[in-house]
Amino acid sequence: MTAPKTLYDKIWDAHVITEDDDGTSLLYIDRHLVHEVTSPQAFEGLRDAGRKVHAPDKTIAVPDHNVPTTLDRAGGIISNEESRIQLEALDKNARDFGVHYYPVDDVRQGIVHIVGPEQGWTLPGMTVVCGDSHTATHGAFGALAHGIGTSEVEHVLATQTLIQQKSKNMKVEITGKLRPGVTAKDVTLAVIGATGTAGGTGYVIEYCGQVIRDMSMEGRMTVCNMAIEGGARAGLIAPDETTFEYVKGRPHAPKGAEWEMALEWWKTLFTDDDAHFDKVLVLKGEDIAPVVTWGTSPEDVLPITASVPAPEDFEGGKVDAAARSLEYMGLTAGTKLTDIPINTVFIGSCTNGRIEDLRAVAEIVKGKKVADGVRALIVPGSGLVRAQAEEEGLGEIFTEAGFEWRLAGCSMCLAMNDDQLAPGDRSASTSNRNFEGRQGKGGRTHLVSPVMAAAAAITGHLTDVREML
Amino acid sequence: MEKFEKITGVAAPMPLINIDTDMIIPKLFLKTIKRSGLGVHLFDEMRYNDDGSEKPDFVLNQPAYRNAEIIVAGDNFGCGSSREHAPWAIKDFGVKCVISTSFADIFFNNCFKNGILPIVLPQEQVDLLMKDAEKGANARMTVDLEAQEITTSDGEVVKFDVDAFKKQCLLEGLDDIGLTLKKADSIASYETMSASARPWV
Repeated sequence: MTAPKTLYDKIWDAHVITEDDDGTSLLYIDRHLVHEVTSPQAFEGLRDAGRKVHAPDKTIAVPDHNVPTTLDRAGGIISNEESRIQLEALDKNARDFGVHYYPVDDVRQGIVHIVGPEQGWTLPGMTVVCGDSHTATHGAFGALAHGIGTSEVEHVLATQTLIQQKSKNMKVEITGKLRPGVTAKDVTLAVIGATGTAGGTGYVIEYCGQVIRDMSMEGRMTVCNMAIEGGARAGLIAPDETTFEYVKGRPHAPKGAEWEMALEWWKTLFTDDDAHFDKVLVLKGEDIAPVVTWGTSPEDVLPITASVPAPEDFEGGKVDAAARSLEYMGLTAGTKLTDIPINTVFIGSCTNGRIEDLRAVAEIVKGKKVADGVRALIVPGSGLVRAQAEEEGLGEIFTEAGFEWRLAGCSMCLAMNDDQLAPGDRSASTSNRNFEGRQGKGGRTHLVSPVMAAAAAITGHLTDVREML
Repeated sequence: MEKFEKITGVAAPMPLINIDTDMIIPKLFLKTIKRSGLGVHLFDEMRYNDDGSEKPDFVLNQPAYRNAEIIVAGDNFGCGSSREHAPWAIKDFGVKCVISTSFADIFFNNCFKNGILPIVLPQEQVDLLMKDAEKGANARMTVDLEAQEITTSDGEVVKFDVDAFKKQCLLEGLDDIGLTLKKADSIASYETMSASARPWV
């Protein structure tokens, strides 16, 4: 009889190659996702050392951060010389080292964390890494997935392994049901609001509870995507019928006898009764409202019905940080959140750039118009998401409402391409970070769900979407 | 990798909490395909005005701290993205050690890969070091990795913990990939086992 294990323990144990006395372990990596920003120095390191990619069949490259999202990009117009060089470097590296590759003109191209699941590269029980903190997204499948730096990218390319210390186990349980107008984005932001951005540091979070069980795979990806914003190494959700249903039939999912074999193992991937968690947080689904961030840290979360807080509402180092945030954000304590005007709306990113997000947005904006003076972008997470949206008539709804309906990429989430906020611009954004300058130098970001972003686009100010349902 | 054994230098106080990787090195500078030359852009938006002139109030622009080799920082330093450009910029500026109550996980690991020592200490000890750092250029702090000790300008000694493997790698300037490749046989037998247990991977 072995000791009860958490889901994290089980996946970890299945991937340990060697373990030293101090717990330092060599972990096997099943999938390595690569994009253009964090990989050029790693490939250069391989070349300098005369090394090859150890497992090119487990390595998937796709450009996303720098790519233009304008409809004319097929012409190869990339205004920024450095962006062009970085994209060319990925193209050359992917071809030279023979890894799987979705170039910018492939309909399957998109944000790496949307492409992986979409193509069936991400499967339950796997270890998945990428030189990108939002790799946490893949945890939705019950895969141990986390971001790594460029040195570790090179390490994985060369060896298909990582040197790791095991994290602690944290359970986040969301009980009950969500109320209308409340989404997976509100859940994940509410959790960060409760734990703080360092609350998960040193932990792998397992999200569970009825709300998570009832959630679609796309919602689960939104939840796990922001585990990193709570400081956690990774977020995990135990795979279930919803997961298997989503995975089945995808291009790189197992088929036939291998599918049956995989399924048998995947069904053992859950936390045993009485397994130990080092930290536990329980939230009631019914208590979560549509939320919005007011400051420059993802922990600065409040229900849309609240008002801007004052620095004195906080303690310790947060007092100064809140004062700095309010100044940067140009906000005054006591202002009702719904009275804050916005001039930009960004819908997209690895957090909220999937088809269900776009369907939810279309429900809100159908037959309405984007408010005067508001620039509103919808950027699908992949070429296939865009194609699906077109097929369902969503693209037409967006353009008729006055949205710019773009091609796939990271876009204004981190503003490495031309999609940026100008100084003083204020956005309602479905992305994942509201850091100073994140969406453009001097830009001000309020993180919200897709339906909340849609509502703000129509009214021109932060809005409680429940009034529009 | 460059070794880290012992340094004595000026420590810059940065008490702000949640200093994120976008503050450390804005995305504008992530388009490089090199590791070098990022020091001039370290803390770019906090450090420079729009016209490129220096903001005199920013700590690393003050005469006392222009050559800082240590940063004493508020909670959760390095939160945000996985960009290794953050430690590259810190190293290129000349800082070799960052001290805080907590670090974001990926940033923390990235430091060790670049010869930078991140040290986690309880709040009261960070407060003590922050006060010492605030004394300016005449207050030089010593960080001794072998002994796992920080000595303040007043001679006060603060002990710190560090992972044994990471300590060895820093002290000897070891290359991780070279170490792992010595285990090539273990990796190969894992792959053989895994190919039959989980052939779909």
